[in-house]
Amino acid sequence: MTVSIVLVSHSAAMARGLAELAGQMAPDVTLVPVGGLPDGGLGSALDDVTAALRRAAAAASDVVVLADLGSSVLTVDSALELDDELASVAVLAPGPFVEGAVAAAVAAHGGSDVHGVVTAVRDAGRTFARAAGGASLEAADEDAGPGAAGVPADENGSVTTTATLRNPLGLHARPAALVSRKVAELGASVLVDGVDASSVLQLMALGATQGRELTITVSGRDAAGAAEVLAEMIGSGFGEV
Amino acid sequence: MTLDADWAERWIRRTADAVADRRDELTALDREIGDGDHGENLVRGFRAVVAKLDARRSEADGSVGSPRLVGDVLKLTATTLMSTVGGASGPLYGTAFLRAAKVTGHEAIDTRTIVAMLESALDGITARGKAEPGEKTMVDAWTPAVEAAERAAGEGDEADALRAAAAAADAGATATIPLVATKGRASYLGERSAGHEDPGARSTALLLAAAVSALDEETV
Repeated sequence: MTVSIVLVSHSAAMARGLAELAGQMAPDVTLVPVGGLPDGGLGSALDDVTAALRRAAAAASDVVVLADLGSSVLTVDSALELDDELASVAVLAPGPFVEGAVAAAVAAHGGSDVHGVVTAVRDAGRTFARAAGGASLEAADEDAGPGAAGVPADENGSVTTTATLRNPLGLHARPAALVSRKVAELGASVLVDGVDASSVLQLMALGATQGRELTITVSGRDAAGAAEVLAEMIGSGFGEV
Repeated sequence: MTLDADWAERWIRRTADAVADRRDELTALDREIGDGDHGENLVRGFRAVVAKLDARRSEADGSVGSPRLVGDVLKLTATTLMSTVGGASGPLYGTAFLRAAKVTGHEAIDTRTIVAMLESALDGITARGKAEPGEKTMVDAWTPAVEAAERAAGEGDEADALRAAAAAADAGATATIPLVATKGRASYLGERSAGHEDPGARSTALLLAAAVSALDEETV
């Protein structure tokens, strides 16, 4: 992996839980949770944070750090100020802690470089804001309209197809991660119901449930092949049916 | 009066005493507008620094060491606070002492250096916490303290500069009472943060008061 991830929380339990959650979607990424005080209390300890950064740095060429509140952020900043070597490989990515960590893990798993992972964290904040104003998201869906299934759509060489969600829980975290990872692997530019399918958070924000017909629009090299792979993946029910 | 490494040690030890004496008050302030751990965090942090100073002193017993520098005491304070305080005040005070240590690598410091030390501390806090005056944070105590020290240094000595800084920090802390917090944990409270003194500004006043009390070698 190019990028490993450090999750810094006031709470050791929160950091561990988040690493578990994000790790489920990105099994090959090194996620190092760190948090709390040595005595078990809430807070941030410089030595522990520095050790976590070193562990992550040993596992990948770059380290992306997410931190929850005030002193977590300040402690990461301090650790980087005190250690030039760490400062040259680690970067603190501002964004929502939980959504950002999930997005970062999936991006890193897809082979994104440090810039891509930091962007994923930042975009997680935007997706969050969009989900909060969910009405506009649905309006955008209607504007996009249903595409003509299986027909090469326009002069840009993009392909549109549809697939119906079959698994009972719909496009929840695990299948959304599978789709976005596949999109990264295919190297294609993909919209699913109008949202960027490389973003696990945007896919989840669709709130797509069982039986919904998803419109998949693919552009880029071998768009038709990629569209077919994705339609088949979604249609197969992600091994959940 | 010489501001040497002994003074710096007394400063830190008296700060440890002061935050222990006022622990309940700091915690009560923080409970009103924060997470209620400021007193506890600072007591733990400065106790850890004192333990390290004690350990270093017993190691040094009987050996002729290299000259002791003010900056060495401040750097030890910085790294220990960052590792043991736990809350935001750890990296904030830690960075303040770290930056202060960088300009005080001398056996004794003069008036100009004491002003530079306070300026560097404030710069460190501002760089780390990104707070500006008026946001109800420790910056509201540090900023007037630095300004007062700069003014006092023009006509007085290093003790005058420190006394002016401590008095201004005390007034600055009191002046945070009506402010609405826009930085730090208290900012989550919005308007409800008004009417309470900022705990970080108060502990800053205690810290600088201890620097003045450390001028006196006798009183402990």
